[in-house]
Amino acid sequence: MGTSKQNLDELIRKDYEHGFVTDIEADTVPPGLDEDVVRAISAKKGEPEFMLEWRLRAYRHWTTMREPEWAHVHYPPLDFQAISYYSAPKAKGAGPKSLDEVDPKLLETYNKLGIPLKEQELLAGVAVDAVFDSVSVATTFKDKLAGMGIIFCSFSEAVHEHPDLVRKYLGSVVPHTDNFYASLNSAVFSDGSFVYVPKGVRCPMELSTYFRINAKNTGQFERTLIIADEGSYVSYLEGCTAPQRDENQLHAAVVELIALKDARIKYSTVQNWYPGDEEGRGGIYNFVTKRGACRGAHAKISWTQVETGSAITWKYPSVLLEGDHSVGEFYSVALTNNRQQADTGTKMIHIGRNTRSTIVSKGISAGRGQNAYRGLVKVLKGAHDARNYTRCDSLLIGPRCGAHTFPYIEVRNPTAQVEHEATTSKISEDQLYYCMQRGISAEDAVSMIVNGFCKEVFKELPMEFAVEAQKLLGISLEGSVG
Amino acid sequence: MSAVMEPGEHYRVDFERLCGDLPGARTPWVRRRREAALARFAERGFPTTRDEAWKYTDPGVIARRAFAPAPAAAPVPAPEALEPFRIKGLDCHRLVFLDGRLAPDLSDVGALPPGVVAGGLARTLEEAPDSVEDRLGRYAGDEDNGFAALNTAFLTDGVHLHLPPGAVLDRPVHVLHLSTGAGDGTVVHPRNLVVAGAGSRAVLIETYAGLHEAACLTNVQTEVLLGEGARVEHYKLQQEGDKAFHIADTGVYLPARARYRSHVIDAGGRLVRNEIRVRLDGAGSECVLNGLYLLGARQHVDNHTVIDHLAPEGTSREYYKGVLEGHSRSVFSGKVIVHPGARYTDALQANHNLLLSENAEADIRPQLEIYADDVKCAHGATVGRLDPDALYYLKSRAIDEDAARSLLIYAFANDVLDRLPLEPVRAYLERTLTARLLHGRKVEELI
Amino acid sequence: MLSIRNLEAGIDGKPILRGLSLEIGKGEVHAIMGPNGSGKSTLAHILAGRDGYEITGGEVIYEGRNLLEMPTEERAREGVFLAFQYPVEIPGVSNIYLLKAALNAVRKHRGEGELDAMDFLKLVKDRMNLVEMDEQFLYRPVNEGFSGGEKKRNEILQMAVLQPKLGILDETDSGLDIDALRVVANGVNALRGPERSLMLVTHYQRLLDYIVPDYVHVLAGGRIVKSGDRGLALELESRGYGWIEEELREGA
Repeated sequence: MGTSKQNLDELIRKDYEHGFVTDIEADTVPPGLDEDVVRAISAKKGEPEFMLEWRLRAYRHWTTMREPEWAHVHYPPLDFQAISYYSAPKAKGAGPKSLDEVDPKLLETYNKLGIPLKEQELLAGVAVDAVFDSVSVATTFKDKLAGMGIIFCSFSEAVHEHPDLVRKYLGSVVPHTDNFYASLNSAVFSDGSFVYVPKGVRCPMELSTYFRINAKNTGQFERTLIIADEGSYVSYLEGCTAPQRDENQLHAAVVELIALKDARIKYSTVQNWYPGDEEGRGGIYNFVTKRGACRGAHAKISWTQVETGSAITWKYPSVLLEGDHSVGEFYSVALTNNRQQADTGTKMIHIGRNTRSTIVSKGISAGRGQNAYRGLVKVLKGAHDARNYTRCDSLLIGPRCGAHTFPYIEVRNPTAQVEHEATTSKISEDQLYYCMQRGISAEDAVSMIVNGFCKEVFKELPMEFAVEAQKLLGISLEGSVG
Repeated sequence: MSAVMEPGEHYRVDFERLCGDLPGARTPWVRRRREAALARFAERGFPTTRDEAWKYTDPGVIARRAFAPAPAAAPVPAPEALEPFRIKGLDCHRLVFLDGRLAPDLSDVGALPPGVVAGGLARTLEEAPDSVEDRLGRYAGDEDNGFAALNTAFLTDGVHLHLPPGAVLDRPVHVLHLSTGAGDGTVVHPRNLVVAGAGSRAVLIETYAGLHEAACLTNVQTEVLLGEGARVEHYKLQQEGDKAFHIADTGVYLPARARYRSHVIDAGGRLVRNEIRVRLDGAGSECVLNGLYLLGARQHVDNHTVIDHLAPEGTSREYYKGVLEGHSRSVFSGKVIVHPGARYTDALQANHNLLLSENAEADIRPQLEIYADDVKCAHGATVGRLDPDALYYLKSRAIDEDAARSLLIYAFANDVLDRLPLEPVRAYLERTLTARLLHGRKVEELI
Repeated sequence: MLSIRNLEAGIDGKPILRGLSLEIGKGEVHAIMGPNGSGKSTLAHILAGRDGYEITGGEVIYEGRNLLEMPTEERAREGVFLAFQYPVEIPGVSNIYLLKAALNAVRKHRGEGELDAMDFLKLVKDRMNLVEMDEQFLYRPVNEGFSGGEKKRNEILQMAVLQPKLGILDETDSGLDIDALRVVANGVNALRGPERSLMLVTHYQRLLDYIVPDYVHVLAGGRIVKSGDRGLALELESRGYGWIEEELREGA
């Protein structure tokens, strides 16, 4: 006997499946960062003056900032001059006009990742924008969406085609001065996705961006901006992978969501960047700023994330609940194994009346993984009848990992109701034995228990993502969703 | 950490002037520790809100003032003045400290079991300093906290409770720390040392109060060192005046099977900070921290607890509740760290707040840091108002709005008092608190 | 079908079973009775394959194979079922999911295909009638928030679905009121048959009023010290366990 312990250790020690490198010619600026690099990036993208100005303001502000030091995240200092801030697959002539013009090697890469970009092969109901290193390479179903007035395109394209929208909303939720990595992103971001859903339109399919870091020594700095106009609805999915490399790579994205009156945005992430090997060599530093603003009454923003990759994850998808009766949600599963570190959580800032927020965070620590939930629930003076419910659970697998919970609760209104619960547990030998006595293998039993632990979060994911999320956790799917 | 002002200056001047008269002045180790603490303070200064541990409590209002040491010869108050702070029906060993110094005439220690010391720490430092050399300062907060360092530098007097192994104190020790200052701007630095030998038992009740409304600072530090299997029950009733500043730091050490229970009740003070650090360093040790704060006007009370589980099978329980009125603000910060190897740790923490006014604010920061896998840890926190359904229900039973509210508030707070094992203390607090919190409304009639 | 020979086992160096021998034939119902601490539950868990016991001597042959060398889940798949005295709670995992995963694991082992959702549900609902369980229990997390009686019924439901060859019921009667006991016993009786053996581990005789055993054994000091028919159980009820211990002392 004694099989269960061994199985516990082996459970999530699965090799990284997306670790291959695509051999493709890239247009990469030399490592280093100064004003000229910022200008070069802007020039390569042929940006209008206002964008260059904005980037430069961000860059100048960034130079005055200090790299943050976080209490529970440990890594050697980054050399920002050794990173290349722009890498794009070399285009043959101008950018691809249609999928037929996309380099076949790129299409092959995405096929390998299980994300076919050929529209006819796509799952019905998902439109994909694929971001390879720093630039968007293909956006599918564009025309169909355009027919409904929905704009779904690369950020670069939006800068050219919809400058007024970009100008109005860019930096309105995450200002260029927000934090060290957000400022850096504002200065050097090269591409990303842009979504605008017009008044009263319910986007008929999931919109999806797939991020892929390929080139060596590059940072990926993409920028996503989603605007849901009054009464509209959109569900957006984000997935990420990177090749297996011994060096650490930086991913510092910014995502801004704006939900106007009665609008709803659902943003789901399955993050599976390369986590580094068992000894902690290599892996992505995932330092991301994600924030949404409920700008009108009855607006709703919902973040769901499954974080299994990256050497270090540092992100707090947040919601500013400005409109009365607006709703913010955060559902998270974060798994750390080997020497991964995750410091993630959310901020729910209650500003309007009758605002509601729900936080459900599930942290799973295995190996020497360190998993921290850090969150803020703030109820401002004017936020009458605000409600928050928070639940943070940690599951520990093995004696060398760590699970930490750091919630901050600040309440300045007596009509608020804020509830916070946190628990820590491990998979008990008794639970495993019970399942095994029913004929279920230890591995399946662990999967089942982990899956049960994460259930509240998985049910928030769109079906396609729930499948991927469970696969990522090494869980057999059957009968467990829904 | 940056100081708000040059803090060393006038404290150093005061220190130079006073150090020859402070207790233990002729004992080299005492003097060395005072000087080291002052140097530490000069280096670090007072904490600021940039320090994570002081994020919600700004010590600037204290740091910016130049508090002067309270004069050595405090006017002795009439015995009646002490009456409100006596706990009726409590048969106890009584110690009274006036402005941080033992007042033998007001104290009544009575008979003690052999080997037990219950007196002033100043006297110990003068007469038998060697008996505390390796204990005093062992679990002090001097390293991290400028206030604690300042306390060590200026240490004047405080309770020294010493129990040899196996000693059992049948009667509680009640210590009244009274500030007599009629004017603003004085500071006292009480220092308490509790050493409870293996298997010993004691109950310590401390009351902190002022005779006058004055903007004085009490900067107290307490160290509680338990032996294996020892049990100490520690009550702290903080009833300082509405202008008073009260900063307290308590360090507790628990070896195997030791049990420490703390009950901190805050009713007074303008700015109050209670820091409690507990180290569960032996298998099967247990710690209970209970707290209740009832705040109004512009009171600010910060309860800051850190529990380190360093050994297997430790149990910790924290239960803090607060009622906030007026412009008051409460902070609860509770950190539980389960270190590698502290298997089978069982830690629970709860903090519940009742906000009764538009202008009150509650900040909560429960924290769990877990580095061992076979543990059971949980925390819960809530902020809310009186339950409208309960109010409605009571009103539908013919109880008027005011009375219904009072009743519900009382029930909320009384939940903590119910956990106090000593009946006379519970009764005393019920009287004091209902008078304070419920604006004199007689809840007794309703329950 | 099951042959236990001179089994010696303990935990943390402390011996519990000291040379226990027992033969259970196909279709037989055996009751194992004994005072508290005599090793009854230990025996049940050693047969089921719980971690942590040290086997220091003897052997257990199940259907011609060395049971003690088989991993826990394989024993279950080969038809050894333990109804737990204290069934564990598994938050987030629904009862029906556990049942389905277990049944399919067992079926796969037997070389049978997985049941489709409709057939599975039909089977489970049918078996639920046996223990008078409400359908809503299927969708609740395993044992979470169940009363003592509900947990025990759930154990019998699992047995009814998995159809083991050897059912071991560990103190299934403990914590049950008389109505729940009747329901559980009816469920167990319905599962009796020529191909299925049962081992009832119990402290009290009253379970045996409802599930009548073929043999009764008294376990004391880690050994079977007395065997008989149902009459032995009745005698134990009227006289307690003391006289057996006395007899043993006299014998020694």
